[in-house]
Amino acid sequence: MTHPQDPTGTPAAGTALVPVDELHTVLTAHLPPAARAWLDQALDEAAAHPGIHGPISVWELRLAEAGRRCGAGHADAARVLILHAARADLDALTRVYRQGTADERRAVLHALPHLVPGPDAVPLVEDALRTNDTRLLAAAAGPYAARHLAPHPWRHAVLKCLFTGVPVDSVADLARRSRGDAELARMLGDYAAERTAAGRPVPEDLHRVLTLTGTVPETAPEPETAPHGPVDPHGKES
Amino acid sequence: MRIFDPHIHMTSRTTDDYEAMYAAGVRAVVEPAFWLGQPRTSPASFLDYFDALIGWEPFRAAQYGIAHHCTIALNPKEANDPRCLPVLDELPRYLVKDRVVAVGEIGYDSMTPAEDTAVATQLQLAADHGLPALVHTPHRDKLAGLRRTLDVVRESALPMDRVLIDHLNETTVKEAKDSGCWLGFSVYPDTKMDEERMVAILRAHGTEKVLVNSAADWGRSDPLKTRKVGDLMLAEGFTEDDVDLVLWRNPVAFYGLSGRLDLDVAATDATHEGNSILRGGE
Ligand SMILES: [Zn+2]
Repeated sequence: MTHPQDPTGTPAAGTALVPVDELHTVLTAHLPPAARAWLDQALDEAAAHPGIHGPISVWELRLAEAGRRCGAGHADAARVLILHAARADLDALTRVYRQGTADERRAVLHALPHLVPGPDAVPLVEDALRTNDTRLLAAAAGPYAARHLAPHPWRHAVLKCLFTGVPVDSVADLARRSRGDAELARMLGDYAAERTAAGRPVPEDLHRVLTLTGTVPETAPEPETAPHGPVDPHGKES
Repeated sequence: MRIFDPHIHMTSRTTDDYEAMYAAGVRAVVEPAFWLGQPRTSPASFLDYFDALIGWEPFRAAQYGIAHHCTIALNPKEANDPRCLPVLDELPRYLVKDRVVAVGEIGYDSMTPAEDTAVATQLQLAADHGLPALVHTPHRDKLAGLRRTLDVVRESALPMDRVLIDHLNETTVKEAKDSGCWLGFSVYPDTKMDEERMVAILRAHGTEKVLVNSAADWGRSDPLKTRKVGDLMLAEGFTEDDVDLVLWRNPVAFYGLSGRLDLDVAATDATHEGNSILRGGE
C-alpha cells in the first residue's frame, strides 16, 4: 500500500534473456518518477562502489529494498540491474543468494546468465531446484541452467516443473536440450504411467516435452487417455 | 469482513488453517519471530528460521491468497541463553528486507538483566531501521512487566506511537493506553483473553489503536479467533465500520509505519493439483 504498483509489471520471465541495457530502458519507461529517481541513484552507487564491502555493501541494501521502492512487479528487473551495476561476481552473488529473501534469490538466478560466464554458479541453481517454491523453480530453469546444468539434474528440473505445476515454458532452451533425450523420454513415460495408474490426468505439458524429445518411451502415454480409462502401464496399442 | 491477523505464527500451522483463515476473511498476516517450544542452542538455527519467514512462509501463504509479512527479533526467553546472543549481530541484515514490518516480538519473560539488554538493544535497532516494534508483555507478573516495558520504551529512541504492546488484558489496558502506544490483544483459548472479554474491553476503552490477534502457534490456539471477535462485535452492537477499524485498518496503520506492507497477493489456486505445497512429499 505504501509503494508504487504498476499492474503491468516488467516481464520477469524475460529478465534473464533481455540484454541489460534493454532491460534498463523498459524498466525506466514503466517506473513512476520517484521510483525511477531511486533506481538511478541505486545504480550509480552500485557502479561507484562495486563488489563486497563489509558485512553489507550499499548496493546490497538497495537490493533488499527494491521491492518496496519499485513495486513487486518491477523488483526482479531492478535487482538484476543493480547486481549488474555492482559487477557482482560469484562470491557476491552467492552471498546475496544465501542471505536473500525468496525474491532476492530469484533475482540472483535471473542475473546468472548476465554475470557468470562459466558453470561455477551451478550450485545456486541446484539449491533453488531443491526448493518447492515455484517462483524459484521457474527462475532456476532459465538460460543459465540450459547452458550449464548436467543432463541428470536438468532432466529432474523438467520433471519437477511438471510435478509442481510450473509451466515448461519457463524451461529455457527446452526444445534443444530435450531433442533426442531418450532418458528424459523414459522418465516422462514412467511419470505418465504412474499418473494414469492413479487415475489422475497427465499434464498437457508432459506430452509437449515428450514430443520434443522425438523418441517414444516404452511406456508411452496416450495423449487422450481419460483419467479413469483402462490402466495398462505398458500399453502401446492405439 | 476483511481481516488482518497482526500476530500469528503460521510456521506452526497447517495448510488447512490457511484455507479456513481465507474462508473466514483473513487476507493478511504478520508472523512475529518467536521461540519454537524447543529452545535453540545456536544462532544458526535462528537464521534458518528467519530465512523461512522471508522465504518459504510468504510463498506458502500466497498459495492461499494471504499476504504474509514478518517481524524479526531475538525473543526474550532465548535472550537469556548466552549461546543465542550472537544472533543480535545478524539482525541488521534482516531488518532491511522487504516485508519485514517491525522488530519483534521483543519484551520480557522473566525480567532478567539479559532481557533488559536485549529489549533496549532491539528498540534501538528498530529506531535505526525506521521500523516500529512489537513488544509483548510477560505472561507471569504481567502488570509489573508492563510497567518495566513502558519504562524501557520511554528511555529508548523509539517514540511510543511506533510501539505495539501485546497480550494486554483488563489489568494492563488502561496504563498501556495512557502511554500512547498501540494496544494488542491476543484472543487465545483458556488463557490471555477470550471473545466476550475482548468485546467488553472494546466497549470500555474504545476501538482506537486497538489490534486483535489470534497469536496462534504450536500451543492450543485458534487461528479463527479474529473472525470470532468480529462476529461477536457485530452481535453486540458494534458497526461494520468498527469491526473493519479493529480487524483491518488499525493493523494496516500500525505496520504501515514501516513503509513495507504489500497487501497485493497474487493468489494462486490452492486446490490446483500441481500445487507444490500439496506435493511437498513428492
Ligand atoms: Zn507470539
